Amino acid sequence: MTSTYVGTDHIPAKRKALGQAMILIATILLVALFITQTLHRAGSITAGFDNWRPILYAYLIWSLALCWGITLIKGERGQRALFVLPAFLFTIAMVIFPLIFSVYISLHDWNLSAFEGQKFNGIDNFIALLGDTYYWNSMLNMLYYLIAILFEYAIAFGLALLLNAQIVARKFFRVVFLMPLMLSPVAVSWMLGKSLMEYRFGPAATLARQLGWENPAFFSTPEIARLSIMILDAWTFIPFMMIMLLAGLQALPKEVNEAARIDGANNWQHFWKITFPLMLPVSVTATVIRIIFKLKLADIVINVTSGGPGGATDTVTSFIFREYRDRSNVGYGTMMAVVYLIMIVILMTAFLNFLNRWMQKVT
Amino acid sequence: MKQNEYSSGVNLVVYRILIYGALLFWAFLCLFPIYWSITTSFKAAVNVMQGHLIPWIDFTPKWIGFRSLGLSPDTIFEISTVREEFLKRFFNSVITSVSASVLAVMLGSLAAYGLSRFEYKLGFVKNTDISFFFLSQMILPPVVLALPFLVLYRELALLDTTIGLVMLYGLMVLPIVIWIMRDQFSTIPIELEEAGLVDGLSVWGVFLRIVLPISFPGMVAAFILCLVLTWNEYFFAALLTSADAKTLPVMVASQTGSQGINWWSMAALSTAAIAPLAIIGIFLENYIVKGLSTGAVK
Repeated sequence: MTSTYVGTDHIPAKRKALGQAMILIATILLVALFITQTLHRAGSITAGFDNWRPILYAYLIWSLALCWGITLIKGERGQRALFVLPAFLFTIAMVIFPLIFSVYISLHDWNLSAFEGQKFNGIDNFIALLGDTYYWNSMLNMLYYLIAILFEYAIAFGLALLLNAQIVARKFFRVVFLMPLMLSPVAVSWMLGKSLMEYRFGPAATLARQLGWENPAFFSTPEIARLSIMILDAWTFIPFMMIMLLAGLQALPKEVNEAARIDGANNWQHFWKITFPLMLPVSVTATVIRIIFKLKLADIVINVTSGGPGGATDTVTSFIFREYRDRSNVGYGTMMAVVYLIMIVILMTAFLNFLNRWMQKVT
Repeated sequence: MKQNEYSSGVNLVVYRILIYGALLFWAFLCLFPIYWSITTSFKAAVNVMQGHLIPWIDFTPKWIGFRSLGLSPDTIFEISTVREEFLKRFFNSVITSVSASVLAVMLGSLAAYGLSRFEYKLGFVKNTDISFFFLSQMILPPVVLALPFLVLYRELALLDTTIGLVMLYGLMVLPIVIWIMRDQFSTIPIELEEAGLVDGLSVWGVFLRIVLPISFPGMVAAFILCLVLTWNEYFFAALLTSADAKTLPVMVASQTGSQGINWWSMAALSTAAIAPLAIIGIFLENYIVKGLSTGAVK
């Protein structure tokens, strides 16, 4: 479209000047307010505000002035920039700035409940983290949780195949299968974790007793507790992968599906030789997104086990959450989060690169 | 089942039974917890402990759970502090999730449209870089932002405010919106927009008059997906809100910890917390599937 449309690039000098003036004034306002407030906080001057909120407003005004100014200065091109600019400014303010700030926090001994405030302590937090067995334990748990995705994927694929078979009431089953995804993990924690799997009279425990498990304690030994959390999380998120895989199956060339139906659709060989390879791209997308969601896993753990027994079910997020809840230790908590982010970025980049190369080889 | 016998009737029947058996089994797994919490909200303690499951046969349903929330027929017109608390949290959740979703869909759709139609260049930054910048946010675990935001919001006096939570939730779902909408816009034929430009519309005129109506279903899909994620969000809400802006998930979570669980009221509370999205799931399932299917089909 850029090539087909020639924008009105004749912009009166007056309009241009107005736009530039607008941006300039807003910038001066923002910088001036920021410096004033910084000095006020440092105690150098008395003029200033109780909190930093005015700086936020100044940023908002600056953003508006920038958007408006750009359309005045650049005309057509400015109007195009206006599509991306709001989201961009929003993200800068909400991600980039806090990220930089988080590095700053992580280099401090910063306890929110302590009276004396923050104290710079360099990489002390990092050194403490290296020796924190609970932190590395939660990292290891994340690995277990990630491995569980393979099983989730297998079940989700099976369900997608079922839904793709010639069945009556497909819509009904699809709605029902999707239901767990809609439920709040906190409610799920109670419904499943704290009542259905309750030791004394939860139906799941009763059933387990009848099946011969004498002591159906779902959350008291480390391995079983971890498995239970995996099951709870899988229960909510399997529908997500299932829907993606189903969409992939339905988009396959007609002949593939029809051939499968004539054979009876459970033709093992047909599946592995034709359907599965064709589904690889979708599978990879679904798995990668699932991994991303899994790395955020926390609410179920926080609400069902609080990381117990002995940290066996802790995720990195739930561990940091408790570190803050119990000790208000913002500096150390942030350091752990930053290290987690760095590890995720490195490992995900490597993983995606590997996937790319592998996919090129396979397809 | 042997391969060469598929056509025979008996095997086909067995095959059907297997398929429907599996389908029904999984449907049971999906629905039983929901059934359990709904029925438990009508059970007295003795029914819970004896594992009674079927109303009117095993136990007599009573409004016991919803009465404790002040939502049963006999208490609904009386003054109830629990109900007030519940309704406050409920509407906090509604306001927060709807505003955040609107914010994200607005910002995200605009950005996605710009990225799918125009070529930007700012130094060495090009479209793919901007797209990557937005989409890479998805990988960012909330915990990285949580504590910095705690400190920042304290300084900005945004702790325990709905607006603070809305901004954070908007940020959280923004990449998802951009992802879905980029896909949606790329399916709209560019000729339509060129015709609009020839007719004298500006780029924004084209977007608002031509593109917006066509891509509206896609936006609804993105909106509903955002709604699901923000309604259920617990982590940020637990950290950043306390008395005023607390949302429903935080209220549900705070009940489980205290003084042994009141089963029927917990069940009623859970039921009330999942009901809105369950209803959305039933009636707007098409949009959810549409939103989730993005990227699965190319």
